[in-house]
Amino acid sequence: MVQSEVKFISGNEACAEGAFYAQARFYAGYPITPSSEIAQIASERLPTLGGCYVQMEDEIASIAAIIGASCCGVKSFTATSGPGFSLMQENLGVAIMGEVPCVIINVQRSGPSTGLATSPAQADIMQCRWGTHGDHAIIALTPSSVQECYELTIRAFNLSEKYRSPVVILSDKTVAQMREKVILFTPGEVELLERKKPTGSPGEYLSFRPDDDGIPPMASFGDPHLLRITSSTHNEQGFTDDDPSNAFTLIRRLYDKIEDNADDITQIKTYFMEDAETTFITFGITARAALNAVHKLREEGNKVGLINLLTMWPFPACKIKEAVANCRSLLVPEMNLGQLVREVERACCAKEVHSYTKSNGKNIFPGEIIQAWRDSL
Amino acid sequence: MKIDELNRESEMIYSGHNACPGCGAALAVRYLTRALGTNLAVVLTASCWSIIAGMPPFTALKCPVLHCPFPSAGSVGSGLKRGLNAKGLQDTTVIVLAGDGGTFDIGLQSLSGAAQRNEDYIFVCYDNEAYMNTGMQSSSATPYGALTNTAPYPLFKEGQKKDIMQIMAAHGIPYAATATVAFPEDMEEKLKKAKEISGFRFIHILSPCPPGWGTESSDTIHLSRLAVATGFFPLYEVRNGVNWKMTVPTDEKRIPLNDYLSGQRRFKKMDEPRRQILQKEIDRDWESLMKRVNNSK
Repeated sequence: MVQSEVKFISGNEACAEGAFYAQARFYAGYPITPSSEIAQIASERLPTLGGCYVQMEDEIASIAAIIGASCCGVKSFTATSGPGFSLMQENLGVAIMGEVPCVIINVQRSGPSTGLATSPAQADIMQCRWGTHGDHAIIALTPSSVQECYELTIRAFNLSEKYRSPVVILSDKTVAQMREKVILFTPGEVELLERKKPTGSPGEYLSFRPDDDGIPPMASFGDPHLLRITSSTHNEQGFTDDDPSNAFTLIRRLYDKIEDNADDITQIKTYFMEDAETTFITFGITARAALNAVHKLREEGNKVGLINLLTMWPFPACKIKEAVANCRSLLVPEMNLGQLVREVERACCAKEVHSYTKSNGKNIFPGEIIQAWRDSL
Repeated sequence: MKIDELNRESEMIYSGHNACPGCGAALAVRYLTRALGTNLAVVLTASCWSIIAGMPPFTALKCPVLHCPFPSAGSVGSGLKRGLNAKGLQDTTVIVLAGDGGTFDIGLQSLSGAAQRNEDYIFVCYDNEAYMNTGMQSSSATPYGALTNTAPYPLFKEGQKKDIMQIMAAHGIPYAATATVAFPEDMEEKLKKAKEISGFRFIHILSPCPPGWGTESSDTIHLSRLAVATGFFPLYEVRNGVNWKMTVPTDEKRIPLNDYLSGQRRFKKMDEPRRQILQKEIDRDWESLMKRVNNSK
């Protein structure tokens, strides 16, 4: 039996390892702190794996290139941070509209604009959801540890292939640059998903005719099946089509194929929820501080629990609601001015919801969460 | 030039700033402000200089600074100059200061737009030949064969350095020139000339980077001189995109490129065939430049 490899690496390195494990073989990127290590590792490793690293002239070019590579059937990814993620928004919409699987790692840093270069933040939640224009859905995963950076990157590729959708990893500066022990999977240990390929004859294939699950099989450039991708509103053949009923069918399908599968896509981790009266709901590095706060409060006999969101989008509303069914109140600590708390309020409108926000480039510490909990009583 | 002949009063840069020892870019901006006087407005984009100018208490510039996003220096400069004009402040010299990334790569679109509109300001590119501020990743200004953190051994940087001067000349702008800190009189003269001309002006400054290039901080001037003497970075100016003129003559028999490469850690592992390729590239560019210079006579 092959022994699992144990490594002591950073979150960025773990994202790169996860991508390589998931068989990602194309990276296009542009340097930006605090994500540059991912590019550097990709530049070194991908050529040895038979893959390809390209350094692009900016972030617009980076995401555009991974869309191009993915259309050839190569699992592709890029990494960036706030300003670069802003530049990627138009092409993120292209990947959604063209249903092109790809993975974008956004290592969040403090903004707006150049912001605190380079301090941590968790303030790209809504940009990630709504940054590209128009009605759409998106998948976003939020790791809180180096191990989760590794596992969620593999999952990101699986989800992007399964749902023919771009997947964003919302990491943050602290998670990305801290080092922890990671157990790497042995080959075959985790199932790797591939996009559905057309099964019929090339003559019958339509690029955007969905199966019953709402997801069209995807041919690759170079296949006998002709793939037509367009950023315009299109019909099943992949031709621009401005008929209103066609437009509505497409927009609805692109939305529903993600939102209707929230149960499959979303993941939360719960701690001490059996008898929790108050639950902390958070994600990323703040979940680590919150877990520490929970341990301390439990030692004092307080009945508090924690939900760590591993998926931000689609929002795991049903799973949260179920987990907090017996709780009296919720406290949402986050490193922004309150982006997550509104989603929690929407999902759990019958509960007493408290917010603790911090937006100054500093991490939230356990003591602050404990204090916020005391203040909420 | 003697030290007491220097016009220190007009320098718009404080001492004790945040640049690394031996930073070519810091020295270049010092010469720049000396040549251009004190009525300046500076547009900065993401680069080492955004740190040098922006982090108290080590803030280095004494003039107003507009620090803008990475892709937009050329456009922000356009708006700033037109805004000053609208307010009747035509005399203020607008400088856009960008690194090679903000000029050759992400900044090229806004630079090209501004040059084509013949916007009335001076765009200064200090070129340290990689993304040094984010930790030495390749740019399209990185020379062939250099090691960077995204072109690690045994890969080396592929593709030749983008010829930004020909790109700018092709826009037909009134004035474009190259400069190095090894020839401060030449640099100052070019900047003063640029100041007297209206329309778009472009100054390309080679800017040795001791941590990024793997050189001693005391080698910055020497390396800049070698870059000129080998023909790696010739000093010249271009008027209206067609009139090419050498400003610091380089001997017909240039010294071998190896003399320039050998003192730098980024070229240390470069093998002989690669060195030959780079030498040939420099020879070819040199001949092409000489043709343009001779045709302009």
